[in-house]
Amino acid sequence: MSRNYLLSDTIISPLGFTTEDNLKAIRSSESALKLHHNSRFFENGYYAGLIENKLIDENFKSIGDLKKYTKLEKLLILAIRQVLDPHPELDLSHTGLIISTTKGNIDQLGNEQFSSDRLYLWKMAEVVGEFFGFKNKPVVVSNACISGALAIKTANDLIESGRFSKAIVAGGDLVSNFVLSGFQSFQAISDEPCRPFSSDRKGVSLGEATAAILIGPDDSENTEKIEYIDAITTNDANHISGPSRTGEGLYKSISELLKRNKIEPGEIDYLSAHGTATIYNDEMEAIAFNRAGLGEVPLNSFKGYYGHTLGTSALIESILTKHGLLKNELFASLNFTGSGVSEELNIIQKNKEKELNLALKTASGFGGCNLAMLLKKVRV
Amino acid sequence: MRKQHFIKNSVIIRNAKVYKNGELILQATADMSFSKFLKSIYKQQKLKYPKFFKMDGLSKLGYLGVEILTEGQIEDKETALIFANSASSLETDEAYADSMKEFPSPSLFVYTLPNIMLGEISIRHQLRSENAFFVSEEFDASLFIDYVKTLVQQGKCENVLCGWVNLHNNDYDVFLWEIATSGGTDFNEEELKKLYLPTHE
Repeated sequence: MSRNYLLSDTIISPLGFTTEDNLKAIRSSESALKLHHNSRFFENGYYAGLIENKLIDENFKSIGDLKKYTKLEKLLILAIRQVLDPHPELDLSHTGLIISTTKGNIDQLGNEQFSSDRLYLWKMAEVVGEFFGFKNKPVVVSNACISGALAIKTANDLIESGRFSKAIVAGGDLVSNFVLSGFQSFQAISDEPCRPFSSDRKGVSLGEATAAILIGPDDSENTEKIEYIDAITTNDANHISGPSRTGEGLYKSISELLKRNKIEPGEIDYLSAHGTATIYNDEMEAIAFNRAGLGEVPLNSFKGYYGHTLGTSALIESILTKHGLLKNELFASLNFTGSGVSEELNIIQKNKEKELNLALKTASGFGGCNLAMLLKKVRV
Repeated sequence: MRKQHFIKNSVIIRNAKVYKNGELILQATADMSFSKFLKSIYKQQKLKYPKFFKMDGLSKLGYLGVEILTEGQIEDKETALIFANSASSLETDEAYADSMKEFPSPSLFVYTLPNIMLGEISIRHQLRSENAFFVSEEFDASLFIDYVKTLVQQGKCENVLCGWVNLHNNDYDVFLWEIATSGGTDFNEEELKKLYLPTHE
């Protein structure tokens, strides 16, 4: 069986329009989270990571008609284009396009600027796919907040099945009034920039971003690259909107993943957690990680930099994990002030260099879903 | 070594009718509303699960379909749930957006993700198993086959419960089937399409 690797990638966020710019911002502890006053649901404003329309249009106008695409479609196209550009050899009749999103063009609900079928996630994906001329219909993964990593797993599995020879995974979600008011109705939104795993955490901050990555076999030699090892999803079977108190699903996904791949917890060099900064989620993760023997593994949440980017979050975090592994860098868990979970965790408090080889990425979401994925640096 | 896969049972809920393994088991009266139709299935199946009444339409369809498909018993708790539809949770998205005009409803918002249905089914049957939810314009038999076969080949599960559960503007289309390593119909695109759209309809 041929192995698949995490190849070219890009991140488009308030921190930058390339992965390199995003990494630069993270290295200097910049956050996308700013106070905004453009939602009628927040009397005193809200903290979120928003991408200015003006900036998107400046980047988009040279490649496409600004009026023909929604904000999210433009952002997805910009991301995919950056991944395709360096690979003119890619045959789009055998390359899959896998789109990860939770709400797609939901900001267009009730608007009449675009035809109403753009609200269908498959339609949005089709519009994006047609821009580039992908021959296969895009595959859309919409599985709450694990979608971004589940889309990487889907890419691997569909390549393994022979459906595609390679696949581009692209993820995107916006900060819309729809999502803002929904999280607010749960009283889940922090009135400060979110503080994952901290004792003074008050809930999530939302963010918008898109990201894309090429997944597939790679026969280039004598280079270090990041191999997709395996991933497992597990449902909590506990509650549709609240995390399990015992971390059952997340624990099971991690422990089975390690067992299947004959990996001891001590071999993991870095853990990219979900860490949304809600009281219950972070506590659940801490319990699950400890049950899985990962209490000492250096860990961070990237939510302090970006906010929760929903269907993009696990994809962005996987891309950042890839670069951390390649460059032997551990990134600080931004906005962490002091442990606020009942179990010991090794939260990364300062950026540092360390020899890294094996990383675990986890994510959890509404509907009780959990995912654990192993990524490994290899020299072929 | 490649394992053989088979389709064990299937359920269709479509045009006010419910079929199990091709056999009509319930038919609604012509004037019955969507919500009454769902309630009539619940009653006819003698189900007792109060959570049903809290679910949105999409989850109700998925829950009812699985109850009929499995007769309320899923023995293998590692049975994976691989589902898809066309409209995601748009039916409930629109209802939630309506509530935003007055007071955003958290109980509606929670159903504005299609995989909540997988959570409901997992809770009902205590399945801590593999989940995935895909969205495609129409029922895509080959996507189910490619994803499910890989899952089974990788040894992540032996049994899979698959579902196409779509709902928008009160139009619904439900097709559920079980995959196992023994018995029944071959699990291939042709057979799956035949089961999804039987010619006698």
